[in-house]
Amino acid sequence: MIPLSHYLILSATLFAIGAAGVFLRKNLITILLSVEIMLNAVNLTFVAFGRFAGDLDGQIITFFVMTVAAAEAAVGLALVIALFRHRESLNPDAFTSLKW
Amino acid sequence: MPETITFYLFAALAVGASVLVIGQRNPMYSVLLLIASFGALSGLYIQLDAPFVAVAQIIIYAGAIMVLFLFVVMLLNAPKEDGADWDRTHPLRQRGVTRWGTLLVALLIVQLASALMAVREYDTPVGAQSDATSVSSVADLGRSIFTRHTFAFEATSILILVAMVGAVVLARREDAQ
Repeated sequence: MIPLSHYLILSATLFAIGAAGVFLRKNLITILLSVEIMLNAVNLTFVAFGRFAGDLDGQIITFFVMTVAAAEAAVGLALVIALFRHRESLNPDAFTSLKW
Repeated sequence: MPETITFYLFAALAVGASVLVIGQRNPMYSVLLLIASFGALSGLYIQLDAPFVAVAQIIIYAGAIMVLFLFVVMLLNAPKEDGADWDRTHPLRQRGVTRWGTLLVALLIVQLASALMAVREYDTPVGAQSDATSVSSVADLGRSIFTRHTFAFEATSILILVAMVGAVVLARREDAQ
């Protein structure tokens, strides 16, 4: 059997990769994808701890995280489309002014 | 032993695909690689005796959210990230500062890993303290969602509805009215 710490380290690695993507990339769509990676890393932690404790609540929280991720992706992508219409760019540096 | 092999296989696949996701300049490849990463995570969920979460991961993430991302990438038709836009003169992007930051990040990762390794309790196998049937039953999962977690469930449905209306309003053309 795999020790719990292996799952936790894997999850921490995935979360770090997602956070690095948010800071390193200059493309709104890739930044949203990095947020999805981070949400998935947290889901893995929930399921691993739930299995460790023999409890179903970890899996249930995972479902709620998934639905919130779906809502976040829908609204985030709608915002990306609206922003792209104004500036013809996906670079976050193009959207620094509060009003145009 | 096959359990260990599949764990490291899926873990390597998930980490490798995620690294490639943030290493791509073309968001089209990023989205497709992220689907591979989610598939590997779904394999890990099966190993953790959570088959319903694994199936939901494939259906909701790979099937719905990633297709939404693909639609937007194709719709905007602006695939390449322009590297010339990097502002090299920014005070936080000087060479010494970035090297110091990289050193701190490496130190943090080593510290986190050693802290996790130091806790003896986490070294016990995930399935050692409980029976697999206590977490793998879909019937128990549904019973728990619709009894103990009814409020959260209904609140989530309202959230989805609001997000749907919000997405339609935000993405609508302003000159349409």
